[in-house]
Amino acid sequence: MESNQIFKPQDFKNELSVRWCPGCGDHAILNVLHKAMAEIGVPPHETVVVSGIGCSSRLPYYMNTYGMHTIHGRAAAIATGVKIANPDLTVWQISGDGDGLAIGGNHFIHAVRRNIDLNMLLFNNKIYGLTKGQYSPTSDRGTVSKSSPYGTTEDPFIPAELCFGARGTFFARGIDVALDTTKEVLIAAARHKGASVVEILQNCVIFNNGIHSSLTEKTRRFNHTIHLRHGEKMLFGDNMEKGLVQDGFGLKAVTVGEDGYTMDDVLVHDAHTPSNFLHQQLAMMDGDTLPLAIGVIRDVNAPTYETDVMQQVAEVKAKKNYASLRDMIMKTKETWEVK
Amino acid sequence: MLENTNVKTLREVVVRFSGDSGDGMQLAGNIFSNVSAGEGNQISTFPDYPAEIRAPQGSLSGVSGFQVHIGAGVHTPGDEADVLIAMNPAALKTNLRFLKKGGIIICDSDTFRDADLKKALYATEDPIAELGIDPAQVMLVPMTTLLKETLKDSGMDPKSMMKCKNMLALGIVCWLFDRDVDAVLRKLEAKFAKKPAVYEANAKVIRAGWDYGHNTHASMPTYRIETESSRPGIYTDVNGNTATAWGLILASEKSGCPLFLGSYPITPATDILHELAKRKDLGVKACQMEDEIAGICSAIGASFTGALAVTSTSGPGLALKSEALGLAVIAELPLVAIDVQRGGPSTGLPTKTEQTDLMQALYGRNGESPICVLAASTPTDCFTMAFEAARIALEHMTPVILLTDAFIANGSSAWRVPEAGDYPEIHPNYLKSETLAQGWKPYQRDMETLVRYWALPGTEGAQHRVGGLEKDFKTSVISTDGANHEKMVKTRSEKVARIARNIPPLTVQGNAASDTILVGWGGTYGHLLTASDDLNSHGTPVALAHFRYINPLPSNALDVLRKYDNIIVAELNTGMFADYLQSKLPGKVIRRINKIEGQPFLVHEITEGVKNILTGNK
Repeated sequence: MESNQIFKPQDFKNELSVRWCPGCGDHAILNVLHKAMAEIGVPPHETVVVSGIGCSSRLPYYMNTYGMHTIHGRAAAIATGVKIANPDLTVWQISGDGDGLAIGGNHFIHAVRRNIDLNMLLFNNKIYGLTKGQYSPTSDRGTVSKSSPYGTTEDPFIPAELCFGARGTFFARGIDVALDTTKEVLIAAARHKGASVVEILQNCVIFNNGIHSSLTEKTRRFNHTIHLRHGEKMLFGDNMEKGLVQDGFGLKAVTVGEDGYTMDDVLVHDAHTPSNFLHQQLAMMDGDTLPLAIGVIRDVNAPTYETDVMQQVAEVKAKKNYASLRDMIMKTKETWEVK
Repeated sequence: MLENTNVKTLREVVVRFSGDSGDGMQLAGNIFSNVSAGEGNQISTFPDYPAEIRAPQGSLSGVSGFQVHIGAGVHTPGDEADVLIAMNPAALKTNLRFLKKGGIIICDSDTFRDADLKKALYATEDPIAELGIDPAQVMLVPMTTLLKETLKDSGMDPKSMMKCKNMLALGIVCWLFDRDVDAVLRKLEAKFAKKPAVYEANAKVIRAGWDYGHNTHASMPTYRIETESSRPGIYTDVNGNTATAWGLILASEKSGCPLFLGSYPITPATDILHELAKRKDLGVKACQMEDEIAGICSAIGASFTGALAVTSTSGPGLALKSEALGLAVIAELPLVAIDVQRGGPSTGLPTKTEQTDLMQALYGRNGESPICVLAASTPTDCFTMAFEAARIALEHMTPVILLTDAFIANGSSAWRVPEAGDYPEIHPNYLKSETLAQGWKPYQRDMETLVRYWALPGTEGAQHRVGGLEKDFKTSVISTDGANHEKMVKTRSEKVARIARNIPPLTVQGNAASDTILVGWGGTYGHLLTASDDLNSHGTPVALAHFRYINPLPSNALDVLRKYDNIIVAELNTGMFADYLQSKLPGKVIRRINKIEGQPFLVHEITEGVKNILTGNK
């Protein structure tokens, strides 16, 4: 529950020294999470952070909230149990690309499908860090790693595509080095009722250094990414001179004022539209011919699992109105008395 | 059995109803057993379904059975039937092997026709002769003809009429065993409360069956079955899976912890999920998750928030849950995992019973991972042991595995609905505000029980982190220190061992002064008790010790066993409990009676096994 109390980032931070490698993108994300939580305004004691296994999954230990550091791949399932059992808690689930999409892929899609109110953060560095450098389910085809010395021969998941395939109601993307954007999407994820998937492009300084740099470096970022905001024109570029326009069934990047394109042609972002057709196209832009979308791409209202469970329980309880197990047995089962 | 014209008294009797899956044998059997229970008999029933969901009508694979044991001294559904009701030739053929030598057969002679005989793969037109049955045993009843005659004015179509055939058989059985027809009709009326026309037709048919027996076989004896006085109270008929679900609900009432079930369908455990899903009307949150692992993981999440958290499964599912069980061990969270055992390994014999998950329950995890293991002994004991599993989990902050099995899960008997004071209140070891104020740490323990305190999210100032990494004994932060790890391993182990202070001692039944003790655990209790009674009344004195608390063992258990020269462990596996006891009783020779056929023991297998071992000894 959001409270009227004012919180500071340090209210969500504990005294343990952070053990990630120097330069790891996780440091920045952790700091932004502390800030975002302070702004969201849910007290630390009503916040639960659940993680699986991997570098990013150490995160709960650095929080002054309730936390569970669990087993590989299962964070979404455990977080689901937390939220169903006590819907008053705000539940964050932290996974990396291996934890969330390889061993935990099944739980990921089902948590999204159920639309349970979790804030699911996916730290995507396209590599296994804690096991020291194997390719992950988000590694690009051909990635050379310790377990693929000649390059991988498989295609990666695009997390957004998986999320939409599972009928996700919220998808946002952030970048470890783009602090404001990340904070903005974390807050939006927390405010969305339902499963909120936030992919955060994160750099692994040891095993996959620079994997996102073609998109994230300051000199390139504004031409290769586009920050989407609901209700605003889809503009990007150093001086916001470029825009996205409809091109048949697809999208096209144009320069406003060139080739006959005017500002009126540039699409306005609608994160709330129920159809995910355009959201999916936006999320699939890879930063090459079309800019990579960051910000909140989809944010749609739909019934949430834990609320419906709670409501169903309340309804049948009220309808049957049994005082106890014994009462239920006496009223519904065939019984006889021995005197 | 078919001679004198009088009423005979029997101590107990086994009746087996068999027919096509669609013949309603279970309903007929259920009404018969419940009416008998109402008349003061003990009852034990067991359904025998085909593995196929919809096998062809009239075929051998489509036969289903329902065995009812009523009377006094009834602890099992019975090894063999005194009376077999066979609704068609296929049922007769497949069920004859369950009939006692010389037992009575009641069958529908109208089904002894070409088509039905062919479907049941008979070579001749006389199934009685072909199966080598003595005609004097058989009561041939033209059931179909009688049925049509009885219902000719009802306006029912022939298909609807045929649905009442089970009630004709029930009427005959009720006459044979002197059951009160009005009591039968009352049960039926309750069953068809919303369909008065269906009730009327069935009631008419039951009376027709009763009258048929009475008029046509007036020369036959009928039987009165002995009753046994039971503890006063309200009784109902319950199977093991339902009893398990209800025991958890009572534990939720007695602890104040809301009940959460995370589960995934698996034979033969699914009925626990079904029952708890219905019990949303009592506030239960029962969730069907995406797989077995999510079942237990969601329960672990729920446990962290203060729920009575449960996952239900069978052996293959328990295998999938092992890593998560280890998490519950090291995070020291209360959790109940129910394993309704079936034949294994792998998919094995999914609908059959076994006790082969004992080692998996005790040891099937990585690392030093001690878990409390309990086993229910009868269908109704599933209630008590589910309650106990929950009580121990909540009071000792530990996962508990409850082992039941397909036999007791599906079997039923009469059960006294507990009254207010019958079960104790459950007291979870919650973090108290004074402890919190004194600088509490999440893995801080009550040094008497070694149980850590349960601090629930939402409590201001008690924010803490638990997880799968080893923690420091004092500071509760992550620790890789070797000496600390050993201390934590021993502490977790000792914590489970000290549960023995909070469970009842082992009691010895039978002839406790004998030098031989028959030992069992879990769902074989009824058979072992009957075998022990048999042996003691036929010149072979034995004591009986039946275990429901497996880890830790009751604190007196080893001392009790040490007193006996002959320790004989009977179990439905190759000797897992015997091995377990042997490891704790190194000086003793533990003898074994084992069976791994997917079926419960037959009582004579145990009595003969004991006698063979004892004569071999001499």
